[in-house]
Amino acid sequence: MSNRQAANDPVSAAIENLYRAESRRVYATLVRLLGDFDAAEEALHEAFRAAMEQWPREGIPRNPRAWLVSAGRFRAIDAMRRLSRFSPLDEGTHDLPGEGDDPLAAVAAGEDIEDDRLRLIFTCCHPALQPEAQVALTLREVCGLTTEEIARAFLISPPTLAQRIVRAKNKIRDARIPYEVPQPTELPERLDSVLRVIYLVFNEGYSASSGTDLTRPDLSAEAIRLARLLVELLPDPETMGLLALLLLQESRRPARTTPDGDIVLLEDQDRSLWDRALIEEGLALVDRVFAGRRVGAYTLQAAIAAVHARAATAAQTDWNHIVTLYDMLLRLEPSPVVELNRAVAVAMRDGPEAGLALVDAILARGALSDYRLIHGARADLLRRLGRREEARAAYRRALELTAQEAERRFLQRRLADLEK
Amino acid sequence: MKYICLGYIDAGWFAGLPERERQTFIDDCVAYDDELRRGGHFAGGEGLQGPETAVTLRHVNGKVTVTDGPYAETKEQIGGILILEANDLNHAIQLMSKHPGVKCGPFEIRPAADLAQMVAESRARRGQASGRESSPAA
Repeated sequence: MSNRQAANDPVSAAIENLYRAESRRVYATLVRLLGDFDAAEEALHEAFRAAMEQWPREGIPRNPRAWLVSAGRFRAIDAMRRLSRFSPLDEGTHDLPGEGDDPLAAVAAGEDIEDDRLRLIFTCCHPALQPEAQVALTLREVCGLTTEEIARAFLISPPTLAQRIVRAKNKIRDARIPYEVPQPTELPERLDSVLRVIYLVFNEGYSASSGTDLTRPDLSAEAIRLARLLVELLPDPETMGLLALLLLQESRRPARTTPDGDIVLLEDQDRSLWDRALIEEGLALVDRVFAGRRVGAYTLQAAIAAVHARAATAAQTDWNHIVTLYDMLLRLEPSPVVELNRAVAVAMRDGPEAGLALVDAILARGALSDYRLIHGARADLLRRLGRREEARAAYRRALELTAQEAERRFLQRRLADLEK
Repeated sequence: MKYICLGYIDAGWFAGLPERERQTFIDDCVAYDDELRRGGHFAGGEGLQGPETAVTLRHVNGKVTVTDGPYAETKEQIGGILILEANDLNHAIQLMSKHPGVKCGPFEIRPAADLAQMVAESRARRGQASGRESSPAA
């Protein structure tokens, strides 16, 4: 966004807010109307450019989103027309979006049927695309993350990720993957990829992997909104379980950081700050899913979060129940990260020695050696056991692997405490 | 839009079926092909005789060699080709997911390449009129 406008110009401020809050939604609608990702991206930027030019003169329109969609679409059709005029071999095979249509009506009609972002997310998560490409594409196109942000979340290089996204878009175009929500018969299977992506998006917002802000509320709110839409569309147990998990984690946001932006650990959080409405909603969903027969991985994680939510104080946490839930989760989805989380819970139930043994076993296998959280966990357990030299080494290792500012400050403070 | 569907089959499995099951399977496939025809989705297709009937031509050291057998010695071999007319990939997937043939081996589905522009440019280079004939060997 251009910084040329004065910071306290209300129209510019409004456009900035609109960009942050609505640009991906406008984009999703443009993809439907134009039938092409790249054209929609161009159109989006053209639309905002037009808004910056016209709104100071004409005022902010009554329905800004519809205005932007219409403006973007108009310029895109214009551009396509100019292109076809200059390709003699292309005998007008473009299907230009209905020029006779009233664009505002088209926007409204689309919105009545389904959120265009649902179409977009199902298209981005199509099984014809490689799994990593599905996630990358969704984060890029649905949530508007930059290539750098996504690359960091997955620990790969930005050029590799950019290539992945380009290949995926080419496949969508060449194989003609349609921009639609799957038929009811295909829906359950198609849902799994989508849930995975939503969870990753939430995590990026909940604990940003880079930058100065520990949390980015927009992304987490986005993920929750998408999860809610999915629950409406398909009240599948795992979809409800995922929503429950997101709500319960989100409920703790007000307590997770100090006013200065420093980390507050779960055990130290002021629980009166937790959002009770989100907790009630999350607990109700967990209970509802557990009443049925199918309990999946997200639901189990939600149940673990529910144990914390139900504890009035940290000391009253039922750690044994949490360990049991982790046992079930491990059977369903064996992974070293789940093992690590279980080890931390075991340490709370049985003491740091027991937890440390499990953590060391993971590392001894060669797993998670570059995972910052295992070194942080290990450092904490060593600290509690009074093994200061080893704890310091582990904190240093964790710092090497951590780019997030608030996390770094936390680790540095622990390190400083041990060096006194 | 055309999609080429390559049906792979484990020949051993098919030959090993009892007579009646083989006939049922064939009946189901033929019936579904007819259903695709009625829907306007069957734009062509052929079954292939077994891989033991294949010859493969290769260009090696400046000349064409002919060898006995299929291109790739895999367990599953192409058993048939179906040219499918469908609106988009989801539609193609829906149609072919219901084909009984998918039970006996994978279907690879790929969009047909539109070579019209390539052919037209080639004709232009060779000084011929840019014809509207359908592209050869597509």
